[in-house]
Amino acid sequence: MEVPIQWYLLLAAALFAIGAAGALTRRNGISIFLSIELMLNAANLTLVAYSRLLAVRTGQLVVFFVLAVAAAEAAVGLALFIAVFRQRHTIDVNRINLMRW
Amino acid sequence: METVIFLIFAALALGSSLVVVAHKNPIYSTMSLVLTLFSVAVLFVMLGAPFVGVLQVLIYTGAIVVLFLFVIMLLNLQRTGRDDSRMAGQSLQIIVALGGAALFALLIALALSRTSLPPVQALTADMVSLKLLSRQLFTEYLLPFEIVGLLLLVAVIGATVVARRPPQADTTTSYVESTKGSEP
Repeated sequence: MEVPIQWYLLLAAALFAIGAAGALTRRNGISIFLSIELMLNAANLTLVAYSRLLAVRTGQLVVFFVLAVAAAEAAVGLALFIAVFRQRHTIDVNRINLMRW
Repeated sequence: METVIFLIFAALALGSSLVVVAHKNPIYSTMSLVLTLFSVAVLFVMLGAPFVGVLQVLIYTGAIVVLFLFVIMLLNLQRTGRDDSRMAGQSLQIIVALGGAALFALLIALALSRTSLPPVQALTADMVSLKLLSRQLFTEYLLPFEIVGLLLLVAVIGATVVARRPPQADTTTSYVESTKGSEP
């Protein structure tokens, strides 16, 4: 029996909401990053679901690009955290207020 | 049968994603993210996108998550772990964030229930074909492909430069230590 596409979209929305809540509430920089990866993945699931619904390959290709950009983002972001940790000895985002005011 | 597989992996993805955002220890969060990403990869395969599913497992769980684990172990976050558990002091922020997220999911569910999607097209061999997918990637999407390659190169160079130990590391850290006390 075929699974309705709406279920996939609902699951993606739930995953995105969980990731957004995590990104807003966590204070460990790495955990925030993990939540952002979760949100990216939920968006990917939506893209593939619509690609299946409309029978066009564009959604899958966009997911390919999103994956590449996510890899670049993770590399640069983690390097930034290493640099910050070297200076401040913490990655608690409430204590990293160098640029707040 | 397909519904059962979907439900199993959807539940797995939801449960492990909750662990990702709720667990205090970032290592457990990361390992839980592996499970989430793998479940979503299974859903990709079920949606007729096996190439994307394989990419997900290779790139995300194979490269990005390993990078996360490396950094977590490099930074030795056990010392700062207790900072994250002090979240109870800011319960208002947490309630607002959870409420906003729940509202978002609710609005999507409402919008989906009120709109009718077009009928699902039959899954043809052309949709799953890796040959056609790569042909489209290297013809129609050639420019974005090249730009993404350039972006990855820039990211690698930038990450190396940013994470490199500064040449005069000792003076820099002592400077930071000496000015830390004078902060308001």
